[in-house]
Amino acid sequence: MSAPAPALAAAPAARPALDLQAILKDALLFALVTFGLCVPVVAYRTDLSSTSALDLTPRWGLVAILCGLVFLARLAQRLILASRDARRALTPSPRQATEAVDATPNAAQSVSRFGLPLFLGVALTFPLLAALGTGGLSESRYWIDLGILILTYVMLGWGLNIVVGLAGLLDLGYVAFYAVGAYSYALLSTTFGLSFWICLPLAGLFAALWGMILGFPVLRLRGDYLAIVTLAFGEIIRLVLINWSDFSGGAAGISSIPRITFFGLPFTADEDGFAASLGIPFSPMHRVVFLYYLILVLALITNLVTLRLRRLPIGRAWEALREDEIACRSLGINTTNTKLTAFALGAMFGGFAGSFFAVRQSFVSPESFNFLESAIILAIVVLGGMGSQIGVAIAAVAMVGGPELLRNLDFLKPVFGEHFDPNEYRLLLFGLAMVVMMIWRPRGLISERSPSVVLKERKAISGSLVKEGHG
Amino acid sequence: MSAATPLPADRPAFAATGRTPLLSVRGVKTFYGNIIALKGVDLDVNEGEIVTLIGANGAGKSTLMMTIFGNPRAREGSITYAGRDITRMPTHEIARLNLAQSPEGRRIFPRMTVYENLQMGAAVNGGAHFAQDLERVCALFPRLKERLHQRGGTMSGGEQQMLAIARALMSRPRLLLLDEPSLGLAPLVVKQIFSVIKDLNERDGMTVFLVEQNAYHALKLAHRGYVMVTGTITMSGTGRQLLDDPSVKAAYLEGGRH
Repeated sequence: MSAPAPALAAAPAARPALDLQAILKDALLFALVTFGLCVPVVAYRTDLSSTSALDLTPRWGLVAILCGLVFLARLAQRLILASRDARRALTPSPRQATEAVDATPNAAQSVSRFGLPLFLGVALTFPLLAALGTGGLSESRYWIDLGILILTYVMLGWGLNIVVGLAGLLDLGYVAFYAVGAYSYALLSTTFGLSFWICLPLAGLFAALWGMILGFPVLRLRGDYLAIVTLAFGEIIRLVLINWSDFSGGAAGISSIPRITFFGLPFTADEDGFAASLGIPFSPMHRVVFLYYLILVLALITNLVTLRLRRLPIGRAWEALREDEIACRSLGINTTNTKLTAFALGAMFGGFAGSFFAVRQSFVSPESFNFLESAIILAIVVLGGMGSQIGVAIAAVAMVGGPELLRNLDFLKPVFGEHFDPNEYRLLLFGLAMVVMMIWRPRGLISERSPSVVLKERKAISGSLVKEGHG
Repeated sequence: MSAATPLPADRPAFAATGRTPLLSVRGVKTFYGNIIALKGVDLDVNEGEIVTLIGANGAGKSTLMMTIFGNPRAREGSITYAGRDITRMPTHEIARLNLAQSPEGRRIFPRMTVYENLQMGAAVNGGAHFAQDLERVCALFPRLKERLHQRGGTMSGGEQQMLAIARALMSRPRLLLLDEPSLGLAPLVVKQIFSVIKDLNERDGMTVFLVEQNAYHALKLAHRGYVMVTGTITMSGTGRQLLDDPSVKAAYLEGGRH
């Protein structure tokens, strides 16, 4: 927040000249490395010829394009960085030493103040927007389904955020609780005929119970070791589901799970269905829109509970636990209980999301709960900025919605040739996005932690008073 | 002749008054794996006293401090606080006995604000008299009052140390354990912090157990002191006695009047 000293700002002559030659050399080196990588990977494609022999199709044009792109990208990056460094050299940032923990809100945080109502508004009116955008409720099905998918991940991200973001316990097996929730509903509804509305809280309870069961053995573990054990836990649950066929239906899963009802009114074309009771014409979209709002409400509940808990002693204890476990204990915090509640609550929301997943798909199988799911949910939390609710939501949109958008990249066909299938590049771009994130925002999209208590007479403290870092 | 008496190994030094000490450490042995860090330590802190423990790097001062809090746990010996055996008690339960600690390296919560750090300090008593205690520590450390909503990690080392002490005070401790509060601080800040410790002791009657490298300041402040060398208490006496002791002078005070 501190304005640059005028004397410094008025001295552009002191700005070091850009070393263009070095930058060009560097970019050329990058292009050369790209070329080297391209020769074995891109330069020749093997095609089956008509005689079933392998033909080598040279693609040197593509190699040239890739090298050129890398050259330009590196050039641009170096130029941008060089000018930024020159600027910084003139006005030393008051937060140099303490970037991660500085006191003044950063740009992203200020944006989020306006972004929040916007985000919520879009989320609430999304089915309407989709219907208007595509010209009809039935036509908007793809978009509303996508919205449901994204919101499911937002909810899972928020749930995991309690464990990873707030309590700082790295959990790589979160999908296990998702699975517990899904199978809870699937089994309870198919064996006992219980309705979704009874199973939903039960699924949350079961998942919370499993969260505690996982919590006990890992109480003494931290960091990498905790990650490995939770990873194993996720796999164990999945393997049990595959192999215990009598109980879970094995790899084939459980199908024809009862669909969602509008608090008892089924979404069918029958006399006693939802549409008939309301006197409106039947549309299969009613169910989809209802599912959308159901997951929206569930996600918002997750968010509200988290935000509320953060202001309570237990939430503060979670955050203190993340910062320093030993200090926490010597302040009289029972770290055992603190960890177990974090695991249990995080797992409970995973369980809710799981039972939603089951009622939406009306089919569950162990395949849906593999490690990649855990990784995606964790990536959402990490990319969003650990502990930041809005950051997690944005990351979920980007991580789940982004790859979907890639389906529409057909316009690139003239560039890469007729065989270009954008879907094949989804994971590549995904990885690229991760690398870019780690370079520019290594602490996540919204890395700023907002204080849980803000008194009215808040006083802005100039960053220039900040002298030392962690000390 | 120096008045400080070298300790016979079998006879712990009791305070002259003969009262039951508030904190008493008896024959405590602590290990890190197979390495012995404390080789049978005896030490007493009486109600209303400032007691300091001085010693070189690696003597085991901080280990003793942490052992009192049960982390690491003493493998042998006993620790009694206010008549209760706390040797085997979990750390968080010890913290609930009106025993507060400002640990080595401050260990404040860097991403939480000063206010939130202080709230954590009051976690033991559920924040029952939070507003009152907040006012009190703000009066002791006016710098913290200015910075209530700043993140702990962005403050200077001295301010972080003040925060660590203030956080410990939020639980209204009867006994305050301070581990090297002067570590890495400018002489002026050290003076400030030591005068606060003195105030707490004289005005509020708080008992303080102070682990220090800064032997001169610590001994001047303390009623009594102990000297620790490689896991054993080698000397004890009043602060004055130890200050004047030639061997203490040679080992810890030479050129150290700063």
